[in-house]
Amino acid sequence: MEEIQNTEIQRLQRELEVLKKKVSNLEDSRKDQLSIAIVSGDLDKILAAMVISVAAAAMDTQVKLFFSFWSLSALRDPKKCPKGKDFISKMFGMMLPKGTKKLALSNMNMVGMGPMMIRMLMKKQNVMSLEQMFKEAGELGIEIVVCEMSMNLMGFKKEELIDYPNLKFAGAATFVADASESSIQLFI
Amino acid sequence: MSNEELKNVSVTKSIDARGTACPGPLLEAKKAIGTIKAGEIMEILSADEGTKVDIPKWCNKQGHEYLGTVEENGYFKIYMKKK
Repeated sequence: MEEIQNTEIQRLQRELEVLKKKVSNLEDSRKDQLSIAIVSGDLDKILAAMVISVAAAAMDTQVKLFFSFWSLSALRDPKKCPKGKDFISKMFGMMLPKGTKKLALSNMNMVGMGPMMIRMLMKKQNVMSLEQMFKEAGELGIEIVVCEMSMNLMGFKKEELIDYPNLKFAGAATFVADASESSIQLFI
Repeated sequence: MSNEELKNVSVTKSIDARGTACPGPLLEAKKAIGTIKAGEIMEILSADEGTKVDIPKWCNKQGHEYLGTVEENGYFKIYMKKK
């Protein structure tokens, strides 16, 4: 009788250990962190991403932004002119928007009239400008990770990107690793 | 807290964020919270409807005590006590 009880207790103890480990894994794996993969290069979508990021950072949530493909246009500094680009890179560089002020709207762009009107409305209604949001983001410690592969693909150079305090270069695996430990993951 | 109580509460810090829309007021509140001590009361003035809902969420997350909102003419006074 006593022996049966002992083995039963041992079995329960083993089960408890397994459960404890599982719970601690669950607790450790998700941080109070927001990861966004930003792929779109439209003014409205980048705005949405930045508003959410700044709000999250204001709530002391760690924010990591992964900029890839079209969104990289928003990180270009119009004042910088990198040297040594090949023909296709130069073409891409000319055709794609150079910086946040040149971004188009995904809807109602109307050859640039739309963005102008949106910016006018934002100013009138005291919404922070996109440029101001990037500045705030930098001060709040929001991390921007640039997808190195798409940067090379589009022929952009590190030297033409904005001066941002927390700018890093990495690959898709970095996003996956960051996102897997974030409690919120978004794709824009 | 009732409106009457809130009107008579002693405020340590008042932030006027009426000149900025979402997420501006929250950002200003976050910046100001570091300047007051635990137990002290901060008031946030905002003309933005969303902020009225956002500040209680922020308080809840950070453990601050949300005291209530008083509606004034065209703006809100949001009260909170620092943890």
